[in-house]
Formats: sequence, C-alpha cells, structure tokens
Amino acid sequence: MIKRFKDFLAGIFLAFKNKKHIKLGIYGPPNAGKTRLANRICQDWLGEEMGKVSPIPHETREIQQKEKVTVQSNGKKLSFNLIDTPGIATRIDYEEFIKKGIDKKEAQTRAKEATKGVIEAIKWLDNMDAVLVVLDSTKNPYDQVNITIIGNLAARNIPVMILGNKVDLKKANLKKIESAFPQYKVLGISAEYGDNVEQFYKELFKLVK
Amino acid sequence: MPLTIQYVPFEEVSDLDSERKIQKLIRIVKQNKLVLMEGTLTSQEEADLIEETMETIDSKFKGVEITSFNPTEKNSRQIQDKLKQKFMEMIWGRRRGLTIIGPANIVREIRKDPNRIQLFLSSRGR
Repeated sequence: MIKRFKDFLAGIFLAFKNKKHIKLGIYGPPNAGKTRLANRICQDWLGEEMGKVSPIPHETREIQQKEKVTVQSNGKKLSFNLIDTPGIATRIDYEEFIKKGIDKKEAQTRAKEATKGVIEAIKWLDNMDAVLVVLDSTKNPYDQVNITIIGNLAARNIPVMILGNKVDLKKANLKKIESAFPQYKVLGISAEYGDNVEQFYKELFKLVK
Repeated sequence: MPLTIQYVPFEEVSDLDSERKIQKLIRIVKQNKLVLMEGTLTSQEEADLIEETMETIDSKFKGVEITSFNPTEKNSRQIQDKLKQKFMEMIWGRRRGLTIIGPANIVREIRKDPNRIQLFLSSRGR
C-alpha cells in the first residue's frame, strides 16, 4: 500500500517534472531558416543568439539546445527547452561546398559532420514534445524530406506547427505549403525580419498545451 | 553511359523486414541504378533510409534522391478518409503507389507536385 502510494507520488512528480521541461524541436531541410528562427526566439526572450547562420547549407551540424526559454503572450508564460537540429537531407556532396568557396579539406570535413548531424537529428525525433517544422516558402514543399519529417512526427503523435519562412521574399508561396499539408497549422513568418513573429508566439501556446 | 532503371516489384520486398528492405534498395542505388519500386515505404522506413544513406556517404556515393507517389493517398483531415486509407493498407499492404530512388550523382533533383514527378539528371555522374 505504501509502495503504491510512493509510486503514485513519483508518477505525479515525473509528470510535473516533464511538463516543466518541454522539448520544443526545430526541424526542416537545410537552409530553411531553422537557426535563424532559433536566434529570433532566443534574442527575443533571452537576449542572446543560439547559433551561427550561413548561406552555405549544413552550417548547423550538431544539435543545439537552449534551456528554459520563457515566452510571454497575452499575460501567459510558456517555458521550454529549445532544440535546433541540423537540416535533414538525403544527399550531401562536399563538392557543393567547394562551389560555395570552401577549400577541399574543410568541405570534406563539413560533409562528414553534416552526415552525422542528419543522423543525430533523426534520432532526436523521439525526444521531442512538440516540433516546429521550418520550410522555405520560396521552395517546393512536396520535397520528400519534408514529407518524411512530418510523417515521422505524425507517427509519433508529436504536435507540429509548420512555419513557412522567408515570406518577405517575392517568390514566397504559402498557399502551396498549405495545400501540401492541409492537416496542419501553417504560419508564414520571416525569421530574419520578424514578420508575423508575434502571431507565431501566440500560436506556440496552442501547440504546447 | 545509359541510365538503368531497376523495377522492384512489391513481392520482392514485402516479406523483408525494414532493415533488409532498405539495404536492398541502397545496394541497387549504389550500383548507379534508378530504383522504381512498386509501393511506398512507411515514414519510419524513409527515416531509416536517410540514416542508412548518411552512414554510407563517402567521396564516391553522395546520397540519394527519393520521392514517392500514391494517387490514392489523400492529405485529408477527414476521419473517414484516414480510416479508408488504413483499411486499404490492411488489405493491400503498402503496394499502392510508386517510390523512386536514384543516386545523387546521377539524379540531380526530383521535383514533385501533386500530379507529376520530374527527374533532373546530372551530366557529371553519367
């Protein structure tokens, strides 16, 4: 009887503990603006950046984590650990990095690290409590990588919000993302210029209940 | 050099567990062939395929380009549509639809929208 009571208390403690450490992941293909979004959130609520951004793909090659980010909106507070993940890709060619001006040796190292980063990002899917899928709204959303990420999150019953990033660009087409993933909330933002970011914070409360 | 398309019928992979199925597909792709598989992979299998591909990448093998196409699968919010899809899957397995996997040194890009798939081939790898 005492043991059962102890287990009951431990269960409540664990649930409470877990609730206080929500893991909010940022996933997406390379160069969609995941780190740019992570930086925007961290800058807004912690006053510091999370990681380096670059026009060269696979700048983020390791999981980056910021603990206890607290967002406030409409008088409510939401705390979470923010996890920025390497971009998921099916191909990594070091020669593509050379074309962007990186020397051969560094390009090969970058490619090797990028492959490990993709594997790590996939493995971390199981740890997430909610995920922001960041897509480049100027690109075709029907890319298989996007479908695979979202399919895996759905299979794990992880709440998802799709963010169509780079809506400040002329080529942005949010409607196409909405048609590709009609089951999900799709919000257009510009992580770089802050367009619609206030709305994003409001929606975050609905995602992480 | 001509591009070889290898057709993989559903029966050839349906009895394999996910690991063997993925290894088989990657083995074909590494021979610089384009896989045309009857049916689709589960989302977990797709993630496993990406992981396995990343493990395999080296100076010669740059990865894969992949797409799948299932005209009967709808991205619907409706519960009845989802139930219908699950029921079809129970009867047919994942036989319906097609999966295309190509080596990244030959297939530069696969562009897909709801009704068509375009393959852009690289002249470099051929």
